[in-house]
Amino acid sequence: MTDGTHNPPTELAVELTGIGKRFPGVIANYDIDLKVRRGTIHAIVGENGAGKSTLMKTLYGMHQPDSGTITVNGLVHQFKSPSEAIATGIGMVHQHFMLADNLTVLENIILGAEPAKGVRIDFEAAHKKVRALAKAVGTTVNVDSPVSDLGVGQRQRVEILKVLFRGANILILDEPTAVLVPQEVDELFVTLRHLVDDGATVIFISHKLDEVLAVSDEITVIRQGTTVTSVLPKDTDRRQLAELMVGSQLPSPEGRDSEISTEVRLAVRNLTVKAPGQRDLVHDATFQVHSGEIVGIAGVEGNGQFELCTAILGLLPSTGVVEVGGHDVSRASTHHRRNAGLAYIPFDRHREGLMLDSPLWENTLLGREHEADLNNGPLIDTKAARTDCREIIDRFDVLTPSETVPAFALSGGNQQKLLVGRELTSEPKVLLAAHPTRGVDIGAQAAIWNEIRTARDEGLAVLLVSADLEELIGLSDTILVMFDGVITATLDPASATPAMLGTYMTGGTVEAA
Amino acid sequence: MADEVKQTKLAIGADLSSGLRKISTPSKASGLRTGLITLASSLSAVVLALAICAVLLAVTGKNPWQAYSTILQTGTEGDKLLEMMKRATPLIFSATAVAVGFKMNLFNIGVEGQYLFAALIAGVVGSRISLPAPLHVTVILLVAMVAGAAWASIAALLKVTRGVHEVISTIMLNYVALSVIQWLFENFFRDNGESGLNVKTVLIPPSGRMPDIAKDRLGGMFLVALLVVFLYWVLVFKSRFGFRLRSSGLNPGAARTSGIDANKMIFVSLLISGGIAGLVAMQSVVGEIYAYGPTATPTQLGFLGIAVALLGRHHPIGIVSAALLFGFLDSTSAQLQLAEIPSSIVKLIQAITVLTVVIINEATIRWLNKRTAEQTAATLIHNIEAEVAAP
Amino acid sequence: MSTTEILPDAATPLTKRSALLGSRRNTMIAAAFLGLALMSITRLITDENALTSSQTIGTSLRVMVPILMAGIAALWAERCGVLNIGIEGMMILGTWFGGYFAWQYGAWVGLAMGIVGGMIGGLIHAVATVRFGVNQTISGVVMNIFAFYGARYLSDLLFVGEQGGGVSQSPPQKSAIPKFDVPFLAGGDLFGWKTPDIFGWFERKHWFLLGDLGGIGRGLTYNISWATAIALITVPISFWLMWRTRFGLRLRSSGESPSAAESLGVKVVPLRYAGLIISGGCAGFGGAIMAVVASSYYRQGQTQGNGFIGMATLIFGNWRPAGVLAGASLFGYSLGIKLVANDSIPALFLFITFISGVLLIRSMYQKKLVGAITALVAGALFFTAYLTVKNVPESLTQALPYVITLVVLATASQRLRPPAMAGVPYRPGETH
Repeated sequence: MTDGTHNPPTELAVELTGIGKRFPGVIANYDIDLKVRRGTIHAIVGENGAGKSTLMKTLYGMHQPDSGTITVNGLVHQFKSPSEAIATGIGMVHQHFMLADNLTVLENIILGAEPAKGVRIDFEAAHKKVRALAKAVGTTVNVDSPVSDLGVGQRQRVEILKVLFRGANILILDEPTAVLVPQEVDELFVTLRHLVDDGATVIFISHKLDEVLAVSDEITVIRQGTTVTSVLPKDTDRRQLAELMVGSQLPSPEGRDSEISTEVRLAVRNLTVKAPGQRDLVHDATFQVHSGEIVGIAGVEGNGQFELCTAILGLLPSTGVVEVGGHDVSRASTHHRRNAGLAYIPFDRHREGLMLDSPLWENTLLGREHEADLNNGPLIDTKAARTDCREIIDRFDVLTPSETVPAFALSGGNQQKLLVGRELTSEPKVLLAAHPTRGVDIGAQAAIWNEIRTARDEGLAVLLVSADLEELIGLSDTILVMFDGVITATLDPASATPAMLGTYMTGGTVEAA
Repeated sequence: MADEVKQTKLAIGADLSSGLRKISTPSKASGLRTGLITLASSLSAVVLALAICAVLLAVTGKNPWQAYSTILQTGTEGDKLLEMMKRATPLIFSATAVAVGFKMNLFNIGVEGQYLFAALIAGVVGSRISLPAPLHVTVILLVAMVAGAAWASIAALLKVTRGVHEVISTIMLNYVALSVIQWLFENFFRDNGESGLNVKTVLIPPSGRMPDIAKDRLGGMFLVALLVVFLYWVLVFKSRFGFRLRSSGLNPGAARTSGIDANKMIFVSLLISGGIAGLVAMQSVVGEIYAYGPTATPTQLGFLGIAVALLGRHHPIGIVSAALLFGFLDSTSAQLQLAEIPSSIVKLIQAITVLTVVIINEATIRWLNKRTAEQTAATLIHNIEAEVAAP
Repeated sequence: MSTTEILPDAATPLTKRSALLGSRRNTMIAAAFLGLALMSITRLITDENALTSSQTIGTSLRVMVPILMAGIAALWAERCGVLNIGIEGMMILGTWFGGYFAWQYGAWVGLAMGIVGGMIGGLIHAVATVRFGVNQTISGVVMNIFAFYGARYLSDLLFVGEQGGGVSQSPPQKSAIPKFDVPFLAGGDLFGWKTPDIFGWFERKHWFLLGDLGGIGRGLTYNISWATAIALITVPISFWLMWRTRFGLRLRSSGESPSAAESLGVKVVPLRYAGLIISGGCAGFGGAIMAVVASSYYRQGQTQGNGFIGMATLIFGNWRPAGVLAGASLFGYSLGIKLVANDSIPALFLFITFISGVLLIRSMYQKKLVGAITALVAGALFFTAYLTVKNVPESLTQALPYVITLVVLATASQRLRPPAMAGVPYRPGETH
């Protein structure tokens, strides 16, 4: 595909060199190199937090890199906005679709680029073009139905059509198979092949290694913000890929002094959370957590961990049995379950944990206002609440001028520390901890881990959900792996290898040695 | 290890400072300062409103200075101050009722219907029972609160069971209330000894009448109003229930996660709101007319209460101040009429004030939040640098 | 790092709703036909010809127009993503401006300036909510307060002392909007020749169905104000603009998913301004009609909550122009009956009994127990009412439109399709 003029022919559709990107407190990308050949399906794999999404957002112009160059089709670019990236032929299909449910498929596709006859939309021309694209892509979606009628796989197809309608020939797909069932995955891959056969280039981000090996022409592995290597599928296998993703060095679990008691603090049996029209969000989960035990749940984000915790809390309708401290709370309200001794460090501290405009002491009071030493009968003992907050601030090293500062003024890491402090302070029986040290600096991380261990030694039962393998392996006594809503494996942290973990987390099974 | 911690803290500090303006003297965030700024913004909104009204006046050929000086002169005469408090009384109740709902993100626009309904029921019940003096009045007030809460419960039920937005349902119920009240009054509760324009229910006997503070110029309901707004403050800002209420309004997700039952909160807060609303016309019913009458009992107090609540930012002191301000302006209308200035200028000032306050408040809040965030970060950097510098 | 949501966008269930508009439309036509037949039967049984007389329908049409305009105003606002609780206030501005300018310059100027008055209200609401981010409900409520007292002040200023004017009303208008009768169908003039009154002829025969159609037809074609005709035209125009033009699609997307729109380069802010100004203009027009057409002067309180009823028609009409028209017609009819034939209302109870019967059969067919019981109870209640109530007191019928609104709101919440992001404030640059 040379054009014979002064531009030398380029094989590479996209080349990223030395890309770096920092956010406050964290280095997302560091010296990343990426070479994507035109007309191929190129996969980017890595764990959560490895930096894949950040990299793609840079390529799509959603933010600017701190260092490095972006070369598209042989020309260097600095994208200041997605519109500029779109103009060079790049189109992005986000993990969370941007579709207007109540508008038709056609309307969603043409929005902002409508073919028109004066003021009127030229629906005929639109139909024609979209139908042609749909055929090329190999989908049979009815373009006049509202998007809300569509299943997940079809919606994704619409997002792809949206991007193609605007003339994209370099497509970026962010975790495209995250919510698809197997048949839809197959359909998607057929679509991608069609596109590539017609001359497009596809980059897609995934953590599902089987799929990546099945469909891509080349794979780049990213770990901890930088490129590890690029391989061809035929030259590697699942195990090797998993090791590259996770790193061959795994932290070793720390020893413990106390013993795990026989008392079962949290029992979950056949817990199922349904979602109409797609696979169960949580399917038939069964496990126990004893007093003095930490059970870790490993898994890539989005495989049902959130729904599991939320169902145990009683915020999502579910079937099955949940017992806290021996009491059956399956039909009880959240308030009841909390009172039974259930504490929760939430996944999303802004949506589920903090009142951002309120002072810190009101935030540490939330959920605990019935504690006797924090109230004066029906009134709140403001002084005691503030003192209590100061204690939490000291103990958990929250960086803040005072306890009266509004929560939004704290950095994310400090907000997290405050939340952890609040949940541990009330001496719960069971702690559901979701990414407890997310966004927290190393020193504080160690401190939080200590607090959790101390509480565990005193009898606390902990269900730990984390994407941080060091955290999981360092703290857990047992590791359960969740994939697609199902608990697929139970591992011993002392004997788990990176390959094993990686394999289970990405949907495979390990054959007996 | 200590070095590592120091290094980490420095790194955090460095990240925080990148992108911030250089703030030379970081100061502690203080509640007093925030309060003063809020007050300043409300006052500036009032001034802006006055300026806009002055322009409107001038454009239509009236003299703004004359209007304003008349208002100022008349309003500050001794008697007029009592009148100011009298006119402020129902507004305090009305605004408090609105504020209770607002703390839960609920808009109770139905105060109008709730209070008129309560006035009718209370007037009728009051005239038919007989109890010793202090008890009689108290019972009437309680009946009014129950009636107001009952009317509000319709909207509450619709919201909790069918998800009907309380703004529309309460407004509809206002109109329904007018109808129901008229029907009840005409057919059951009218005092048939009377006729003409000033028909009323049967008069409440002396034992059921609220004593005056200043004979014929200020009734005891003013004190009740202050009591109620104080209790509102205690309930919403100091009690456990109030804490849960405000939390549900501030972050429903976090509140749910912590175990608070959203539906229960919605229902209870609308009921409390309606109960307080029930007292709005009580100054008239037990303190002046001693009955309910379609023309005798004042109307529009529900909507004015919304204005007062917005102006007073749903805070007890703000509410009382705003109510007094409105009362002050209202008390001057007669004089204005004499000075050939349309007395509805007063209402216009009130209306434009609410508009400007609402807009300026929004802008102020955003600005304040930004400042707080920047200052907190600056303080932290300051502290870290001090810590690292110390040997 | 993105957080898993409970149900990510992509996982919305496949609905059982048929995507084919055709069959849905057929169901509606069949239902309308059935309703008409039942009404005709009721009329014949009770001998209350007023139920479908041209007088009733004509009055209903007149009464419906302001409600319709309020509904269209609400449509434009919510479709672009902003709740407009202040429609009542914008209507008040419309009535006042209409009254003043009709008095000074005549009815047509009054109508035009009424639109302008409403637009000013719409602009203020837009500035407050879109530019300054004020809570949409609060801004709307403040709008109402502001308009009410603003109108009062202006009346105080300009009407007091004038012949026929005062603090709460304007002097009468200089000229009126002319009316017309449709030729052939309602005996209108055609170049000076009085054409036969076909609808009228059928109406007078009082036959089953044809008599009713005659009455309804004549009511819609006799003595119609040009303002009414204009108001009715806004319905198809609104449809065309919103569903057939680029402007309309982008406006709707601002209400459905502003972040998706912005990600495709659509500018949400100016579209919301446009939507709100149009909304205000429609509300103003509705108000002006009340002052200039339905009456001949401005009067305080003239709007009577029609602004809020209009919002209910929006919900009843599932946020579509045709639906708004249907909802407004329902309200208009209930008000028209009340005005013209208050005595016929008990006959309506019989009609409602029949409707309950139909709903009962449908619930049984669909095996829905709750629906069946409700229909049974309602039917029994209304039948009893039909037999016992001879005269519904005026004070209670006044509440009719508002009660109907509540009933509509309470029952219609299920299969509704409001614009997804209406009421949610949006700041440009806030991508998902």
